[in-house]
Amino acid sequence: MNKNNILQMVKKYTMIIVLVLVTLFFAWQTGGKILLPQNVNNLILQNAYVFVLATGMLLCILTGGNIDLSVGSVVCFVGAVGATLMESKNMNVGLAIAVMVLIGIAIGAWQGAWIAFVRVPPFIVTLAGMLVFRGLSNVVLNGQTVSLTSEAFVKLFGGGADCYVPELFNIGGLNGACLVAGIAVCIIYIFVQIKDRASRMKKGYETESLTKTIIRTVLICLVVIAFTIKLSQHKGIPTALIWVAVVILIYGYITANTTTGRYFYAVGGNEKATKLSGINTNKVYFLAYTNMGLLSALAGMLTIARMTSAQPTYGQNYEMDAIGSCFIGGASAYGGTGTVPGVIVGALLMGVINLGMSIMGVDANYQKVVKGLVLLGAVIFDVVNKKNDR
Amino acid sequence: MANILLEMKNITKTFPGVKALDNVNLKVEEGEIHALVGENGAGKSTLMNVLSGIYPYGTYEGDIIYNGEVCKFNHIKDSEERGIVIIHQELALIPYMTIGENMFLGNEKKKGAAIDWQETYGQADKYLKTVGLKESSRTLIKDIGVGKQQLVEIAKALAKNAKLLILDEPTASLNESDSKALLDLMLQFKKEGMTSIIISHKLNEISYVADKITVIRDGSTIETLDKKTDDINEARIIQGMVGRELTDRFPKREKMPVGDVSLEVKNWNVYHPLYTERKVVDDVSIKVHRGEVVGISGLMGAGRTELAMSIFGKSYGTNISGQLFLDGKEVVLKNVHDAIKHGIAYVTEDRKGNGLILSNPISINTTLANMDAVSTRGRIDKDKEYAVAVEYKEKLRTKCPTVMQNVGNLSGGNMQKVLLGKWMFTDADIMILDEPTRGIDVGAKYEIYCIINQLVAEGKSVIVISSELPEILGMCDRIYVMNEGKMVGELMAEEASQERIMSMIVQTGESKGE
Repeated sequence: MNKNNILQMVKKYTMIIVLVLVTLFFAWQTGGKILLPQNVNNLILQNAYVFVLATGMLLCILTGGNIDLSVGSVVCFVGAVGATLMESKNMNVGLAIAVMVLIGIAIGAWQGAWIAFVRVPPFIVTLAGMLVFRGLSNVVLNGQTVSLTSEAFVKLFGGGADCYVPELFNIGGLNGACLVAGIAVCIIYIFVQIKDRASRMKKGYETESLTKTIIRTVLICLVVIAFTIKLSQHKGIPTALIWVAVVILIYGYITANTTTGRYFYAVGGNEKATKLSGINTNKVYFLAYTNMGLLSALAGMLTIARMTSAQPTYGQNYEMDAIGSCFIGGASAYGGTGTVPGVIVGALLMGVINLGMSIMGVDANYQKVVKGLVLLGAVIFDVVNKKNDR
Repeated sequence: MANILLEMKNITKTFPGVKALDNVNLKVEEGEIHALVGENGAGKSTLMNVLSGIYPYGTYEGDIIYNGEVCKFNHIKDSEERGIVIIHQELALIPYMTIGENMFLGNEKKKGAAIDWQETYGQADKYLKTVGLKESSRTLIKDIGVGKQQLVEIAKALAKNAKLLILDEPTASLNESDSKALLDLMLQFKKEGMTSIIISHKLNEISYVADKITVIRDGSTIETLDKKTDDINEARIIQGMVGRELTDRFPKREKMPVGDVSLEVKNWNVYHPLYTERKVVDDVSIKVHRGEVVGISGLMGAGRTELAMSIFGKSYGTNISGQLFLDGKEVVLKNVHDAIKHGIAYVTEDRKGNGLILSNPISINTTLANMDAVSTRGRIDKDKEYAVAVEYKEKLRTKCPTVMQNVGNLSGGNMQKVLLGKWMFTDADIMILDEPTRGIDVGAKYEIYCIINQLVAEGKSVIVISSELPEILGMCDRIYVMNEGKMVGELMAEEASQERIMSMIVQTGESKGE
């Protein structure tokens, strides 16, 4: 009984355990360098676009293992248009942002319409998109680099040297705003847990054991605090982290708690049954890809801000990072399963492996080999696990 | 006296929870046409799957003796090597390949490592001639009609050196003249020494070609009739097929005065979604009252499911025409969502394929068709969802550890209960149950029947589509009989009997054959 419980826990949190082990491995190999505040900070900055894109990709994958190959090119195209508008045409920053968002949504809707209503396979539609928007990026930029000079834009989307939330005050060399934010997150989390428990008890529903809740809450709070201390030892909260957090919160909520989110899982689980339950499955596909366009636009803005320029080669292989994170994070290649927190863990794992190997000075080509094997291993694990379940 | 080519001795095959075959015996003489008849689910196809090695040696009990030897087939290839070739009801041809390619698929004529196309098409043309098909073997399968495709299947079997040809419902999708041609071809093969087994529902065809008829019922052999010694007529065969007593396998229902008409369908026509010229439901009219259980009987492919699904928000078919009245008012249901809103529920016959999300827990499946009831402004109240699932689990006595259990791990009967619960939760007034007890054991069947009684007691209308005659007779107040897309009869429960229903079906099939 107890043994069984532990086994189930291990199964449920496999990827988190792997993430911890991998981090410890690199801490040992790099002599603790990977845990330096600077590197924790880099982990966020370097992977912000992965978190954003992987969250969008999850929705596509949920509908039945469908992927979107065009995101890298769309990221580049949106960035190219935005940079050109702001630099060559001197467009107002706010207006440019609005245009970029609209372009993202329009591209997503265009691809989504073919996929959902004409039922062209997503692989084909997005492969076409990948080519089209890569080509158009080159056309827009004339094959050249456009540097971004708008400080407001760069700062807003977490680029440049000063891409942090203002410090406010300093406590013994630690960034005040960062600490306050970390503590606030913990308090909010504890408050939500207590409220949820109370309302369940009031309504007479089952609650999980109190020790379990306390252990989980304490663990999560410890991780948050440790993380914020690391960040506060460096320069504080990167603005990119704010964007990532907002995306994760919104999409985590949508997928777990709303009817719309439920539809994605249902379509991937059994489309025919979903259709016969009165749900418009075409709309679900359309929504998944339109949303992917929107998040690609956001990732595009984060990318050009971080690089303070737009280049026709930006965004290459971004789709692979996003897809890889989803599958490593436990999304099923057949659709119907996968969660936003899972995908984030998957993206973090990829990020840690990248960073760790870079610090160790592993050749970039071998890095690719390792990442490829990790992806394959994760999916094999998933498939074998499911077979054993039956 | 010809010798026995094939003997299947005491074949018993069990699936988890169900005994599909129970001591079945079959003897086929060399050079005869042997017919296998029985109701849907009697075990005919299972028996043939055992014979052809789809269920390998060791998964069943009993012996297959072929040509005097005990055979242990592990794979369909093993039986084909011995000359036993089965042609399934659903044609297994690949539309975008030529006749020749299809004929030698998996059995390619080779010259070294490459395919020898000359040999392939040369041989294919030869076999096509044997079956009397005047087509080039380079024609694509999609360009020839169903009747011709059936002939290609036979030619394909001949190409495998068939000595024993098994045809599963070969004329099910053929028109009269094609059927006649096919049967004559069988007779011609017989003259040349071929042995065949034919599975068919069309008794007139069977009495036309068969030398012997073996009747299977509920997984056991009932009798073998010989044309030479027995007087074979249709009434005699029907008696063998259905001759089973009705015991109290059905819960009693208080007789209630029937209420108003809740659903009425007039002159309903539906065409096949792909082959749009094919009429699947032909000018059907039915009505259902409140508090009434109406049965729709008929064989598989009679158009019952198609009728139900086309009523359920046009979820099947194209070019649907006819009128639909709910409580006397004419309505048009554009889609499934509309149908659910108007209080119609369709509980599918294919609970795994079309009904449930197997990878999701019971709770999510229960609320899927009525999520509005457990959510406010798009936010799902998970506690409420859980409570609903528990409520239906208890109401229907679903056996499961918790409602967070994935549906895929449940038994057939419990899955069916989850599916019923899902549709009961939509609070529908009209419940269409398509084969509600298919593939579940007797105990669970009884419980499903109790639920049906409870539904009508609440004043709902229930339509039961079933291929099992005893179920239709035991449960329904009124029975419609469908065949080949048409409504061929309507009976009150008191005047109905298995023989009457079966002869209604058979007679319409016959009038078409003449």
